[in-house]
Amino acid sequence: MMDQILFYFFGGLAVLSAVLVVTSRSAIYSAIFLITTLLATAGLYLTLRAEFLFAVQIILYVGGIMVLFAFVIMLVNLDVALHQAQFNRQRWVATLLGLVLGAQLLLAFLLGHRDGANRDLLNLPSVAVTQLEPNTQLIGDVLFNKYVIPFEIASILLLVALVGAVVMGKKRI
Amino acid sequence: MQSIIEFLRPHALPLLYAVLIVAVLPLLAGYVVLLERKVMADMQARLGPMRVGPHGLLQPIADALKLLLKEDIIPERADKWIFWMAPLISVTAGLLAFAALPFGPGFLIADLNIGLLFIVAISSMGIFGIVLGGWASNSHYSLMGALRSAAQLVSYEVAGGMALVAGVLLAGTLSTREMVDAQAAQGVWFIFLCPVAFFIYLVASVAETNRAPFDMPEAESELVAGYMTEFSGFRWSLYFLAEYANMIVVAGIATTLFLGGGARPFGGVSWLRPLDFFPPLFFVGVAGFCFYRAPKQPVLVQKLVMAAFGGLFLLLALPLGVAATILPAWKAAVHGGFWFVAKVMLYIYVFLWIRFTFPRYRFDQLMHLGWFFLIPLSIVNVMSLGIGLVLHRQAGWSLPVALGLSTLATLVVALYLAHVGEQRAGISDTEVESEA
Repeated sequence: MMDQILFYFFGGLAVLSAVLVVTSRSAIYSAIFLITTLLATAGLYLTLRAEFLFAVQIILYVGGIMVLFAFVIMLVNLDVALHQAQFNRQRWVATLLGLVLGAQLLLAFLLGHRDGANRDLLNLPSVAVTQLEPNTQLIGDVLFNKYVIPFEIASILLLVALVGAVVMGKKRI
Repeated sequence: MQSIIEFLRPHALPLLYAVLIVAVLPLLAGYVVLLERKVMADMQARLGPMRVGPHGLLQPIADALKLLLKEDIIPERADKWIFWMAPLISVTAGLLAFAALPFGPGFLIADLNIGLLFIVAISSMGIFGIVLGGWASNSHYSLMGALRSAAQLVSYEVAGGMALVAGVLLAGTLSTREMVDAQAAQGVWFIFLCPVAFFIYLVASVAETNRAPFDMPEAESELVAGYMTEFSGFRWSLYFLAEYANMIVVAGIATTLFLGGGARPFGGVSWLRPLDFFPPLFFVGVAGFCFYRAPKQPVLVQKLVMAAFGGLFLLLALPLGVAATILPAWKAAVHGGFWFVAKVMLYIYVFLWIRFTFPRYRFDQLMHLGWFFLIPLSIVNVMSLGIGLVLHRQAGWSLPVALGLSTLATLVVALYLAHVGEQRAGISDTEVESEA
């Protein structure tokens, strides 16, 4: 029961604030709602007992990337941006597409459990408390044993991006 | 309803702790301010606050009353919503981080599997209070303070995080309780195994809490009060509370990871067992001093207040004494709290000491120190510590030798970085001169 309440609370919050991100006129409000969306997603991770993902989501996206977003938005002259036309012509198309996507998800959910018993939106299956206990260890184990080569490739890619950013940002190194 | 009660049942004790912490923390923050003013006064050969209560002991309460009664001003063209929300974000993040701090065995709100990551994540959100508050005030001083704060925190979080990684490598866990246990099991505080990491964390934590000499976001001489310029009364006091809560949190992290948490110093040495009697005797001594000073106060009220403080300290000594003598089962819990708070206070004292010793950095110097010295050093430190641990665990070297060598290697790199940094500073200074 508590799992359902938390899931619908975080899920609803995520969807609602995601809508507000694209509909707010002020960029800083969009940024705040984006933070709320990311936090609600972190909450969803927590209801799935993915603690490590929860913490990393907050540290990286909220504490790191969104701070830089806010930093940039503050340097922009918001008064000018407020009076400029937004991309509003796409509004109805976007709404329609969003509804279609939502309907697809609902359909997939309702049909997906055909063989199983559960088709009740108020009684979703929940993760057992003990199922994913040593979360951080599991992720580390998988990353450094099973997927060590993709992991290292991704690291090198990030390193290249980092060096590239430094080269682009500084004239004299 | 039934299910909610069922859900809350195992959480009764943590809820009690949470309420206790939220209730006591403002008072504690007030007394940390008094301590700060007294230490500052002492270092500057003054007396500090002496008027309200004996030796200014009631000053925090008077300050709190004053802040609550002050007029609450919202600037005309401020963004009202964000202005209203920003201090709340700061203070919520500051308080929420206490959830995973282990004050002692048993005295822990949530024993999380990811305890340290949780604290770091939550306290990294506090910056939004500063950034949004500074932006919403619609003032240039505030905006400058907010921008500086954002840049500074993002920079120093990297170095601080890497320093914590070094500690986590030694502990082998992210749970705060298990970190304390690991130090007790190994019989050594991690500050002695990785002193460089502790030093980096000390510097980074000073910068993260916006304390002098890194208090650029609120540098009085340049920015009036930085991001807090337009805030007054209760809102301002929320920022204030958040700053001191953050100080206690970083001190708590350092205590947990590097200073042995709530464990007594020399916990494994049998002939030092009498140290268990130190906490109650300490409070009895303080109480005795209060009673000794009470008749010397000038006014009757002050005499009474001083005696009351003495009584309070005796009251504190009672559970500590009982735990040490009659009820050894409680000893770990009660004394854990004492030693934890004592270590946190020691760390905060170092903060104050630094504040009243060093002049404020320039902003570019701050960024240089962060990016060209602390971040490379923290990365090298993690690497050399990893090598040291592999030498200890795989190749069978003894722990002091392996880690001593890795610390030595890190220090050599630190010397090199400092040397390069000096040259770089020389170059940039001449550039400034030639441009001028």
